[in-house]
Amino acid sequence: MSVATARRRLALTRFANSFRHDQSGMTGVVILAIFIATAILAPILIPDAALDVTKADGGRFEGPSLSYPLGTDESGRSVLLLLAWGTRISLTVGIAATIISMVLGTAFGIAAGHFRGVGSHALVGVTDWFLVIPFLPLAIVLATVLGPSTTNLIIVIGITSWAGTARLIRAQTLSIEGRPYLERSKALGAGNWYQMSRHVLPNVFPLVLANTTLTVAIVILSETTLSFLGLGDPQAPSWGALLDRAFSSGAVSRGAWWYVLPPGICVVLVVLAFTLVGRAMERIVDPRRAS
Amino acid sequence: MLRAFVTLAFVIIFNFFLFRMLPGDPIGLYARGRNQDPEQLVELRRALNKPLLEQFLTYLRNPFDSTIDSTRFSRPVWEMIGERVWPTLLLLGTAILLASLIGIWVGIRAGWKPGGRFDRMSTGTTLILYSMPEFWLGMMLLIVFSVGVFGIPGMFPVGGIASPGADTSSPMGWLNVLWHLVLPCTTLVLIYLADYALVMRASLIDERKQEYLTLARAKGLRDTSVRKRHAVPNALLPTVTLIFLSLGFVVTGAITVETVFSWPGLGLLTYEALRGPDIPLLQAIFLMFSIAVIAANLLAELLYVIFDPRVRS
Repeated sequence: MSVATARRRLALTRFANSFRHDQSGMTGVVILAIFIATAILAPILIPDAALDVTKADGGRFEGPSLSYPLGTDESGRSVLLLLAWGTRISLTVGIAATIISMVLGTAFGIAAGHFRGVGSHALVGVTDWFLVIPFLPLAIVLATVLGPSTTNLIIVIGITSWAGTARLIRAQTLSIEGRPYLERSKALGAGNWYQMSRHVLPNVFPLVLANTTLTVAIVILSETTLSFLGLGDPQAPSWGALLDRAFSSGAVSRGAWWYVLPPGICVVLVVLAFTLVGRAMERIVDPRRAS
Repeated sequence: MLRAFVTLAFVIIFNFFLFRMLPGDPIGLYARGRNQDPEQLVELRRALNKPLLEQFLTYLRNPFDSTIDSTRFSRPVWEMIGERVWPTLLLLGTAILLASLIGIWVGIRAGWKPGGRFDRMSTGTTLILYSMPEFWLGMMLLIVFSVGVFGIPGMFPVGGIASPGADTSSPMGWLNVLWHLVLPCTTLVLIYLADYALVMRASLIDERKQEYLTLARAKGLRDTSVRKRHAVPNALLPTVTLIFLSLGFVVTGAITVETVFSWPGLGLLTYEALRGPDIPLLQAIFLMFSIAVIAANLLAELLYVIFDPRVRS
């Protein structure tokens, strides 16, 4: 075990060194660090009153000024403060939904690659079904049945976005299944669970991590879309919910660009940052795929 | 072929049972604010109190039944969908056509000289477009080009498919529709072409490593003809397949962009159904979109067999 631990630590150091030399990957890390700091510090820096419609002191749809650097929304709140608070909600939903998606995807992928026969066919069938069915209509249907809340939003995104990961992990599992050490462990009487958790999982894990960052990017876009359609918690001002309110309160026809532009820029920056980090990790972990 | 039918069968089963899980009283929702004969309500309630299996069999007999009414608009759902299909086809058809032409052209230029100036610029741009919520791009285009800010005059209409009262069967009416089409179509083209350009670029880069290109060069062919006659036709195959396979992604864009531009298609209908929520309508829309995507997938597989002799055996 200690040999394996030492080897894994070495691999990790080597990974960190290669990553540090990847320029676009590091750019992504810096952008993410800024947003994560905003998300963590938001409750300390922003007084609760800033989010309260009844205590708002700005005018309706006021343009940017010194006291409101990004102008005000339809009820006179500062868009900048709403945006900072939105970072917290969008990132939380994004990361939580990604965890569900990765756990499901890895479990389905490893199981589909490990087992043979009917069970494997059934798992592949379920994965294919989720891959074919259009994401947004499926998510809309699920979210309508579950009702609008942040938890339900996380669940809906989680169960509609795992299939791509499952397919990737299954392919990797199949290639690991043929290796001699797995045969040896089978000969020594290792059960299915032991084989999957001790041998297959550590081997697919780097790929899972690289895929995670790419999934977060897609998940955050999905969150924005679903919240825009009013399927999230109406009380939680995520970036998508901000855009929904801007749209339904007529910010577009008033030309209130300061209300519409910033949430979108934030989404683009965060999604781009996760994509850059994910692609950099993929280049290091799996150089063949990321040509 | 078989797989497509199995997938469709699961959509229908899923569609039926998922909505039966909804809490609340569907009849109460249906009858709210309406002068309904109480006896008719009793009749409706009796229909819903039938055993689940019996209801399922009735649904299976014809999921496209013309008696399925929308709870919000009190009209047959399939009739409403039928009306909304054409605007969506017009918008998506134009957008996909333009996006694939531009996307493939960008992908070829970028992928033929990877790492070059054009490649770095176009890959950067496509990555940014790829990270954009499409409805946000639409809202920004609306603010800039139809409301007008910073001294830019508003040139395009704020929404709809034609000006009120315009006769859409005359040539002037067509121009009017075209003028309304510009902004929503531009939004979708920008979002879709990012995807197509990235795939075309990747598949051309893959193709560049093939030995037959070295042979073509060794024969003394010029760079342009190596690209045009040898590399591009082969690299096109995965891209064209992707265009069909990406219909699920296309549908997502249609729903939000049609909402932003009040384009009276299936996407806007989905948004209207959501506001209810109008369950029978949502159910029908989900079934419709799924059928479209499954059909596109099937078509992609068939095209692949026709164009790529290697998979035929």
